[in-house]
Amino acid sequence: MHPRKRIAPYLLGSPAGLWLTLFFLVPLVTLLSLSLQTCDPLTLACRLTWHWQEFSASIADYHAQFVRSLLYAGSATAIDIVVSFPLAYWIAFRARRKSVFLLMLLLPFFVSFVIRTLLWQFILSDQGIVLGTLKAVRLLPENFHVLATGAAVVAGIAYNYLPFTVLPLFVALDRVDRRVVEAAHDLYATRAVAFVRVILPLAIPGLFAATLLTFVPAMGDFVNAAILGGTSNTMIGNIIQTQFLVFSDYPSGSALSALLMSFMLVGVLLYSRLLRSATIQEYL
Amino acid sequence: MNASEASATQGRRRRRWRYYALPVFAAAVIGYLLVPIALMVVYSFNDSNANLPTVTFNWQGFTTRWYAGWDQVPGLTPAFFLSLRLALLTSVVATAMGTLLAVALVRYRFRGKRGIEQVLTLVIATPEIVLGASLLGFFITLAIPKGFLTLFIAHVMFSIAYVTITVRARLAGFDIAGFEEAAQDLGATPWVTFWKVTLPLIFPGMLAGGLLAFALSIDDFVTSSFVAGTTSTFPLWIWGAVKVGIPPQVFVLGTMIFGLGLIFVGTNIALELRKDERRRALR
Repeated sequence: MHPRKRIAPYLLGSPAGLWLTLFFLVPLVTLLSLSLQTCDPLTLACRLTWHWQEFSASIADYHAQFVRSLLYAGSATAIDIVVSFPLAYWIAFRARRKSVFLLMLLLPFFVSFVIRTLLWQFILSDQGIVLGTLKAVRLLPENFHVLATGAAVVAGIAYNYLPFTVLPLFVALDRVDRRVVEAAHDLYATRAVAFVRVILPLAIPGLFAATLLTFVPAMGDFVNAAILGGTSNTMIGNIIQTQFLVFSDYPSGSALSALLMSFMLVGVLLYSRLLRSATIQEYL
Repeated sequence: MNASEASATQGRRRRRWRYYALPVFAAAVIGYLLVPIALMVVYSFNDSNANLPTVTFNWQGFTTRWYAGWDQVPGLTPAFFLSLRLALLTSVVATAMGTLLAVALVRYRFRGKRGIEQVLTLVIATPEIVLGASLLGFFITLAIPKGFLTLFIAHVMFSIAYVTITVRARLAGFDIAGFEEAAQDLGATPWVTFWKVTLPLIFPGMLAGGLLAFALSIDDFVTSSFVAGTTSTFPLWIWGAVKVGIPPQVFVLGTMIFGLGLIFVGTNIALELRKDERRRALR
């Protein structure tokens, strides 16, 4: 090969590669090292002391928030998949002008994430549009409330990340070769059988990407819990944010982040084994 | 009515139910996605006679004075323009770097290619809060002051991954090297080849990647909250105002950003429909 051709990919890739190494990989290592340091509470000067206790202390103190995050993010992801699948199926198989509907799904992204969550706070508030009306016609008792419950947080997360679930599912379903489905019908498969035995298996990679793209941001989210969840439904994201930005307890925050990160990696690996799929890149 | 007729009506009814269930459900979901946005637009016209006006959902009369005084809230306007500047700069830089990397990944086989692909997946599989926390630790360790620069570094970092993947997906079907060779066989200089062959091929992907980076940057909250220090972006400013009350101008600016997006999407749809028609006419 021509020597210039051999270095070309490195030249092309180096700006992005360097940026990602310096500002993504190196900080991840810093995070791990910071979690093993002890910091002076006054000067905030930190030394590496191989202080592993931070990890056990984090698990002991905040396992409730970990479990809660798992529960909230898991339920929101499950709801999103159940809601998205028929929608993605309809756009892929039935709709004319698919691009129009896909772009409509993206419209919420033109409104800031924080504003969207605030709007849900208004919608769900005790005397708001929904509850206020239902209470006025006596369909709900006066003291009924949704805000500051886990349900409100799950609803907010499910709303905010729904488009991330629909799009990969759509891409996967849209790619299903129609001739294969017709072949199934020719071989006397009913619509239901063709769906379960042909379409569904072919949509598995999209399901994997959809779950990942929804669950990952949901797991680290703290905006929904802070705005919709009140004080007793905090998620692990709220704790990490408070440790870093309020208490400046970097070792503890770093240990929690490292735990979250390793948990996600193990989860993603297991899930990819389970579904026998590991591609997310093609489905974005 | 005899038995066979009855079952035929029933069958027809069932078929009709099947025919409508899915589109109705789809419309309901899309409607549900758009409900909060409609509220924001409507309530950006809601009057308020409080001393320090904040958004409430009691209708107090129609007004356009929040639009007339859109820049009257101290702190909000600078935060808004900072977000715009940051998003523009991020999308230009991330698109440039991401496109180059995508071209390298599509066109060449080289050592380390799989490693780069895995890093890109890792960026996407990392919760934003971990991105923010690790960058904050990194900046503190190196004593880099937090502000516009650190925000820019963070936004370019996560945008690169998305841009690269988007551009790459658009390029995957084309044999760029083959087209370039053909151009050179026909006597084009490398310069002409780049402008007339390579760039037109990669441009749609670049545009999509750039828009994605812009959207990611202008809306980013979690990562930004870690690396911003005392600098306020538009979402960070709103977050800070939640406890004291949101001034109506937030809805006005939100509506204006949404309007820009709508114009963009509308143009896109119109172009798409025209392409469809042309294709049909050719057939």
